[in-house]
Amino acid sequence: MKNKVQIKTLKIEGHDVSATGEQTILQVAMENNIPIPRLCSVEGLSSIGACRMCLVEVKGTNKLLPACVTRVEEGMEVTVFSERLDGYRKLILEMLFSERNHICSVCVVNGHCELQTLAMKLGVTHVTVPYLHPKVAVDASHERFTLDHNRCILCARCVRVCAEIEGAHTWDFKGRGIESRVVSDMNEAWGSSETCTSCGKCVHVCPTGALFEKGVSVAEMSKRKQYLPYLTMMREEVKP
Amino acid sequence: MNLDELQEIAEQQREAEAPFEHRVQVCVAASCLSSRSDQVKNALEADVKARGLEHRCKVKGVGCMGLCAAGPLVEARGKHRTMYQNVTPEDAAAIVESLDKEPVERLVLPLEMPFFAGQKKIVLENSGEIDPEKIEDYIRVGGYESLIKALTTMSPLEVIEEVRKSGLRGRGGAGYPTGLKWSTVQKASSEDGKFVICNADEGDPGAFMDRSVLESDPHRVLEGMAIAAYAVGANRGYIYVRAEYPLAVKRLKDAIRQAERLGVLGNDICDTTFSLRIEIRLGAGAFVCGEETALIASIEGNRGQPRPRPPYPAQSGLWGKPTLINNVETYANIAPIIRNGGGWFAGIGTEKSKGTKVFALAGRVRNTGLIEVPMGITLREIVFQLGGGIPEERKFKAVQTGGPSGGCVPERYLDMPVDYESLASVGSIMGSGGMIVMDESSCMVDVAKFFMDFCRTESCGKCVPCRVGTVHMHELLSKISRGEAEWTDLELLERLCEMVRSTSLCGLGQSAPNPVASTLKYFRHEYAQHIRERLCDAGVCTISQPSEELAGVEL
Repeated sequence: MKNKVQIKTLKIEGHDVSATGEQTILQVAMENNIPIPRLCSVEGLSSIGACRMCLVEVKGTNKLLPACVTRVEEGMEVTVFSERLDGYRKLILEMLFSERNHICSVCVVNGHCELQTLAMKLGVTHVTVPYLHPKVAVDASHERFTLDHNRCILCARCVRVCAEIEGAHTWDFKGRGIESRVVSDMNEAWGSSETCTSCGKCVHVCPTGALFEKGVSVAEMSKRKQYLPYLTMMREEVKP
Repeated sequence: MNLDELQEIAEQQREAEAPFEHRVQVCVAASCLSSRSDQVKNALEADVKARGLEHRCKVKGVGCMGLCAAGPLVEARGKHRTMYQNVTPEDAAAIVESLDKEPVERLVLPLEMPFFAGQKKIVLENSGEIDPEKIEDYIRVGGYESLIKALTTMSPLEVIEEVRKSGLRGRGGAGYPTGLKWSTVQKASSEDGKFVICNADEGDPGAFMDRSVLESDPHRVLEGMAIAAYAVGANRGYIYVRAEYPLAVKRLKDAIRQAERLGVLGNDICDTTFSLRIEIRLGAGAFVCGEETALIASIEGNRGQPRPRPPYPAQSGLWGKPTLINNVETYANIAPIIRNGGGWFAGIGTEKSKGTKVFALAGRVRNTGLIEVPMGITLREIVFQLGGGIPEERKFKAVQTGGPSGGCVPERYLDMPVDYESLASVGSIMGSGGMIVMDESSCMVDVAKFFMDFCRTESCGKCVPCRVGTVHMHELLSKISRGEAEWTDLELLERLCEMVRSTSLCGLGQSAPNPVASTLKYFRHEYAQHIRERLCDAGVCTISQPSEELAGVEL
């Protein structure tokens, strides 16, 4: 039996919108075609509030709140774009660009990359912090896919899709801080993973060219992640 | 176990101690142990035996007596009450011999010195008094009476009301009102249990208050947790303590075993229907696991990373159940509050910060060690009276409070009262109680760099601002310290401070810029000197290449 649905009304970027009490600001904004920048959040997976791109201002609190995990409240007034937020978002994107080695001109997802698209949309024309140029590896041991750490932004989408949807939990993190890396199984080569089912979901939810199919060249890889919401929806329906 | 039985144990214990004319108490907490206090204790025991004084003189291991700088500490009680400092095993004979005579002059540490006289002990009242490894000794000084009082004469709501009335605020750093937190957990409904957690993942550089409490008086913390569990309706508890504290872990384990054997922990505590099982979980050395949601993830066996709040642990904590999580020192305050009433506690301290606070006094100060002072005392009193001032007649520069989340308080605020609001108003925080004194031989750029290095390596890596921002800030501070920075680097540093503070996911990132921001605010001239003159006055930073080029540019 479903509980009584509570309807709440609020304002996002000046638009009056309505929502159920269970929804997050991000979900309501998307329903109403109000774009909120985001990188780690993706429909069909749990939200973790890690990339900080979806931070919004809510009237009455001076803390910035991540739209992906903040539930709507009656009478909320949400600001998505302001000088302050734009500045932070740009600087956070610069953090990401400087953290690893993102070279669009040789990247398989050039033109289809969520990081690149967002940076263009928000007008990141320069990276004002020095590049860190870390020496990171490429794992091409899997027969169908490659993991290039140079392009990884640690959004944990691959980790979540593998654990939550595929149920394999092949991916996880090792290290901490700037030394964090995505690893398969117990930090083994992907190709020798005993848990990986080679389903390819991780490749298709990856927002950048960090995970890609072998055999594609520059700009040839575009990702299909539309299946995810359907998968989760179908599962919700069969749940007892 | 009921109150009568408890008091009988206390009475037996007192009777057992009565025949001894002399007691020689040796500190057996970690800092004195590290300077051979165990050997001192053995030597004292051997000497007492050799003189055939076993029936008149008791040698006893006790918890921390505070002045760690002068350890090993030994206190002789009997004909005279004397504190001895820097005792070696060779001094044992002289100390035993002096028991019936005058004190050994060369070792005496005057008890009337401000370091001891200026303190007010609530949390540490048993430290240095009781044997931390014997529950009977804790019971002798009234231990577990508060628990029995709460269980048999008070309802959970009355317990919470008493804590609320006391005005106690969380001693872990943020200063959230403890009574309010308890009340929230108490109100949260849960069909299959709630949890209480003790946060003993003390990680600030230079802070050792919690370690000392756990090593010196572990039962005090267990009693506080049991009262809290009764108040909020929990029957399982965890103590999350860092594995780097092996002695604290050992004493906690022993304490839990002893308490369960006596029936003051475990099933049907003190013949009531209330049960509480407490387990220990060891932290693997991650600073971020002191953040409550990361700590909970770590107990669950997951990667110790924070998650966004809400939901707060009070609603959805350990395994999704309502969870009360408090710091060691907070729990250590509970038994006295129940014993003496919330009103008594509220009478100590300032209007908004009640009670006392334990500080680990370290750095450029004569008396380094552990102090407990009433809230509202001034920093000047702490540094120059209790702390004995700066050694080598150097000039005072700043006090760093709150560790990597705090800031540096300059000389002009030395007369400010120490409480949550005052420290926050000058850009620092109360924090868990680390207090590092700095003199003119410290370079503030270097200090900021040190703390940023700490945050950079302790960032969990989950959110971008903290993971990458701290690395860039550390790079910039290193550049300034090497004398290679330009004015634009300082601007970038300030932009990064602002962004990391406002956008990071958890407290670690949000507070990571504090040491930089506060030194930039009060010691901007030092940054300017590194940039403009390529000079470090304190002589700490290694300047790569002094240059005249930028001289004269206004800041």
